[in-house]
Formats: sequence, C-alpha cells, structure tokens
Amino acid sequence: MSMEKTAPLDIDFDEYVPPDPIPQSRKRLGLLILAFGSLVLAAAFLVQALYRAGTIDFGFANWRPVVYAYLFWGITLGTAQVLRRGEAGVRALFVLPAVLFVVAMVVFPLLFGLYISFTDWNLSSLQGRRFNGLDNFRQMLGDAFYWNALKNMVWYTLAVLVEYAIAFGMALLLHSQIRARKFFRVVFLLPLMLSPVAVSWMVGKSMMEIRFGPIANFARWLGWENPAFFTDPWLARFSIMAMDAWTFIPLMMIMLLAGLQALPKEVMEAARVDGANPWQTFWKVIFPLTLPVSITAVLIRIIFKLKLADVIINVTAGGPGGATDSVTSFIFRVYRDRSNVGYGTLLAMVYLVLIVVSLTIMLNVLGRWMRGYGQEES
Amino acid sequence: MIAIDEKLDEAAVPEPTMAERTHRLTTRVIVYGILIVWAFICLVPIYWTVTTSFKAAPDVMRGNLVPFIDFTPQWLGWRSLGLSPETLFNTSTVRGEFTKRFMNSVVVSLSASFLAAVLGSLAAYGLSRFSYRFGPMKNKDISFFFLSQLILPPVVLALPFLVLYKELALLDTRIGLILLYTLTVLPIVIWIMRDQFKAIPVELEEAALVDGLSIWGAFLRIVLPISLPGIVAAFILSLILCWNEYFFAALLTSTEAKTLPVMVASQTGSQGINWWSMAALSTAAIAPLLIVGIILERYIIAGMATGAVK
Repeated sequence: MSMEKTAPLDIDFDEYVPPDPIPQSRKRLGLLILAFGSLVLAAAFLVQALYRAGTIDFGFANWRPVVYAYLFWGITLGTAQVLRRGEAGVRALFVLPAVLFVVAMVVFPLLFGLYISFTDWNLSSLQGRRFNGLDNFRQMLGDAFYWNALKNMVWYTLAVLVEYAIAFGMALLLHSQIRARKFFRVVFLLPLMLSPVAVSWMVGKSMMEIRFGPIANFARWLGWENPAFFTDPWLARFSIMAMDAWTFIPLMMIMLLAGLQALPKEVMEAARVDGANPWQTFWKVIFPLTLPVSITAVLIRIIFKLKLADVIINVTAGGPGGATDSVTSFIFRVYRDRSNVGYGTLLAMVYLVLIVVSLTIMLNVLGRWMRGYGQEES
Repeated sequence: MIAIDEKLDEAAVPEPTMAERTHRLTTRVIVYGILIVWAFICLVPIYWTVTTSFKAAPDVMRGNLVPFIDFTPQWLGWRSLGLSPETLFNTSTVRGEFTKRFMNSVVVSLSASFLAAVLGSLAAYGLSRFSYRFGPMKNKDISFFFLSQLILPPVVLALPFLVLYKELALLDTRIGLILLYTLTVLPIVIWIMRDQFKAIPVELEEAALVDGLSIWGAFLRIVLPISLPGIVAAFILSLILCWNEYFFAALLTSTEAKTLPVMVASQTGSQGINWWSMAALSTAAIAPLLIVGIILERYIIAGMATGAVK
C-alpha cells in the first residue's frame, strides 16, 4: 500500500542504557511463566472443546473463559518477554498488545470464516452446520444477484473519480485567497459528521420523497413532472451515489487541502515567473506535486466505498430489482432472509479476494504510471 | 474545476488595469458563487431536518421551509420523543428508549475510541522507534499487517463474529461492540500516530534517557504530551466512525446494546413514518457530532492531514 513508506528511525538506545546481563535464572523464570500461561490456555480450550463434543461432562457454559485464558496468556507472554530479553522485551511491550488484539480479532475469525464458508449452516434451523464442500461456491457462480452486486460495486467505485474531481475543486477554492475561509471549511466538513443512516432518512427518505420532499419539489419546478428517484435502475443508482458522495467528499477534500498547503511556495513562484498560465501551472506543477496525496485520498476513499451499505440498506434495500445492491447490502439481506451463515460468508470471502487482487493490480499500475509521469516531468 | 483555478491564480496577480479589475471582479463573483452554492448543498439537509422536527403535518405537506414566516414552529416531533419542554419532566417510555440507545452509543464509541487510541499509539510509537523481529516479520511487515486491516470489508468478519459472539455470550452486549469497533478504527489510529511520532525528534527521548528515565518513562512523560494533539485528532476521527457505525450494530445487537443508528434505521423502516418525530430523532442523533465537528474542526482536519501528507 502507498501508506508504507520509510523504515523506522533506528535509535541506538543501548548507547545510553547499557544492557544488563540477564542471569540465567531470570530467563528460566520467564520461560516457566510463559509455559504456565500456555498450559492454562491449552487446558481451558481443551476442556471446553471436549465438553462441547460431549466427551466429558464438566466445562463452562460458554466459550468466554477461553478468552480470559487468552488474556492471561498474553500477560504471561509479555512478562516472559521482559524477563528473558530485558530491554528488548520492554520495547516489545509497545507492539505486543495491539498484535495480540488483532490476531484474536482478525486472524482467528478469518480462519474460522474460511471454514464456515464451506459449510451449510442455517442459524435458525436446529441442524447445525454441515460441511458441504464447494456447494456454496457452485451456488455463487449461478447467483445472478451476487454478480449484479459486484457489477454495481464497479460503478460505485468509478464514482470516486467524480467525487475526486469535485473534492479537488473545492480544495483549490478553499486554498485560494478567500474571506471567511474558516467558516467555509467548517461548513464543508459537516456532512462527514453525519451518520449514513441519518442521511438516508434526511435525504433519501424525506427530501427526495416524491410527494412533498423539497428536492422533488425543486425537480418539479425545473420541469420534471414525476420526480421518482428510486424507480429507474440507473437513477436509483445515481441517487445512492449522490448521497454517499455528499457524506464523503469532505474526507478527500481535507486530505487534498492538506496536500495543497504543504506545497512549497517557491515552486509556485517559479512557475509564475516563468510565465506559465494557470492551466499549465495546474497540470505541470500542482497536479504532479500533489499526486501522492491524491493517490492516498482516492485509495482511502475507495476503501470506504467498498464498505458501502448503510444508505442502500435503509433507502432502497437493494431495489429496484437489485439495481442498487452493493455486495455488503446484498450479503446483509441474504443473511436476514435465509439466516444462512455459510453461504453469506463464502460470498464475503470471494469479495475479499477480489478486492485484494484488484487493489494489488491497481497499485502496481499506478506505481508504474507514476514513475512514468515523474520521468516525463523531470 | 480547472477553470476556477485558472481564474483564481489570475486574481492573485497584482496589476490593476481597468480590464484586469473587471476580470478580477468576475472571478471573485464566480469563486464566491461556487463556495456559497456548495455551502448551501452542505447545509440544506441539516437545516431541513432540524426545521422539520418543529413542523406539523400540514406544514410538511405544503413544503413550508422557513420557520415563523411559512409556519409556526411546534413541539410535535420533540413531544413524540418525550423531549419537548412540557414532557421533559414527565416520565416517558419513548424518552427512556431513546436515552438508552443514546447512552449505548456514547459508551460504545467513547470506549472503543479510547481503547484504539491507547493500543494504536503504543504500537505506532514502537514501530516508529525500535526495530522488531517477530519470527520472519520485521517492522515493515508488522506495519503492513496493521494497515492492511483497512481494506478488510466489515462484511467479511460480520457473520463469523455473529457465530463466535454467540458462543462467547457477547451478542447484544456493549463489550462485544466495543471490541469490534476498536478493531475497525485501530489501523487508522496507527496510521495517523506513526506519522505523528516520526515528526518528533529522537533527540528529545535520548536526552530523557540520559537523565535516567526508562523507555516507558520517556514515552509517557516526554513524547505523549508533545503528541497529544495528534492523539486527540485520531481519537475524534475514531469517535466519528464509531458513532455512525450501523452495519455491525444492526447484525450483532437486538434489545440491550442497540445503538442510536440502529434505532433511527428501525424507525425509518416502519410504515407511515411521522416525519416530525423522525426528524426530531435524526436531529438528536446527529447533533452531538455536529457540535463536536464545529468545535473541534481544527483537530479533525489536522488528523486527516497528517495521514495524507508526508
């Protein structure tokens, strides 16, 4: 990802704090504590697993004690680090909590998700899960609604370019010499504060309401007799895009504004002295220099866009006929309607793979293109 | 948009001939015109929601817009929430329900943001100062491990979490939501804070170490106070994202831990919506963040700026 930049500053703290030689007994104690923690975790897991499987008849009411055991294990791991590795162990304590947290909250659920995506698991039936191999996958291949949702995601993602253009324009305006800049900045930021759910009522359900919503009235005044925003597939898709854009344009705008403010003044002066007209100044100076910020902003925006669901769920529920469905809102509905966890998870997993693949390709192409752009300019 | 920029730059050239002056005037008009139109677009939905919460049915249907001129404000919407002046001191089940959801949102978003700020700042500081090696993973890989969480769409985790939380008895609890929200904002906090810490000169800590502070002491007493604005920025960004989160809350909560967005959404879905009470509810749901946004705008912008510019 482009956020990946420089290597960390490597401080040689050892120059100032001479490392204590760690006695062998301390190392042994550390190992002992870690071993104890691991034992507790393994025992808790094993007992609960066996109890659930019916092999033994004692155990806990739910799996929560295993989480506590994991927490305890994390503490023993930290203690062992400090005891065995001294200064280096103390440093590890900075990163360790976050790593353990993410491993527990992402890596484990992802692996678990991978497993349940190959099962037929209806939460509302009593049968429980049943391994069904590639059946879900086969079902997905024939699921026209899922492919339709994926296609919609392409359109929604492409809309980011339009949002980018508007955001850049607004950032340029805010960056120019204007009065009441702070006022405009605050006002332009406000839509970002609003929850998409509130926006879907405020704009989608009331302002666009066909009988007496103000936007509908305005459209009627402009001469559109029957302003139904959510009956025609393309129009509905466009309305969703507009609402989503309205909330998230400020995000890109502020990043771009920051990029503009970081531009060195001398370069702009030089361009003016050279007699470049504003059009040239923009394309030859401002745009190339803010390109890294632009790419970060667009990337972040795309990442947010790929999660798009709230507005769709609340305004159109995917309608008309799935025309506005995003992948997330579709899976939400699949779960709500059929409570099938297995199939929904498989769809989500495929979506994740598609995202990773397409983002990787996009970043590669971008990287190549940027290098080309740089050479052309210099 | 490019045309605008063109005119802007010309406006900055200081040579006041007559033609130039009219030119400059027109560009000013265009620039402020666009700014005002965009400000209008940003404000109208908010204005509409706030005013509608004071309207009665006929006002809504006639499409009246300006209070006191078009229509007389009434407390209809707020009364239905139990928040109008005359109902405020009576007991009200609706208000009880609303307060419960509101408090859920407050507790969940504040705790998740706090937890993410703590975990994220520590990790970001470690990654920006020391070199680690966890097995084959070095700093770069660890950073990537954290930041790559950003591209993980929530829907991938949603259903596994539904099942896991059921087993852990965490469904419909605040703690369950707090843990999940912490996870979703953690990469953003790490991203912002890493750049913040990189901007602080290492010499400060070296001096502190010479003075006999430990690494943790130097971090807590020297680095943390300096980077406080950055932490506040990351905290507020997390707060916004957590307060507005709907997807997980809709899936994982039902009666106890339901948050405000879920309440708003469930009201929207019901038939025959009372516009005034929906408007009052929406106003109440967005008001806290609007106030935060207006007061702390500086920090929000600073937070997003550090992530974007290096």
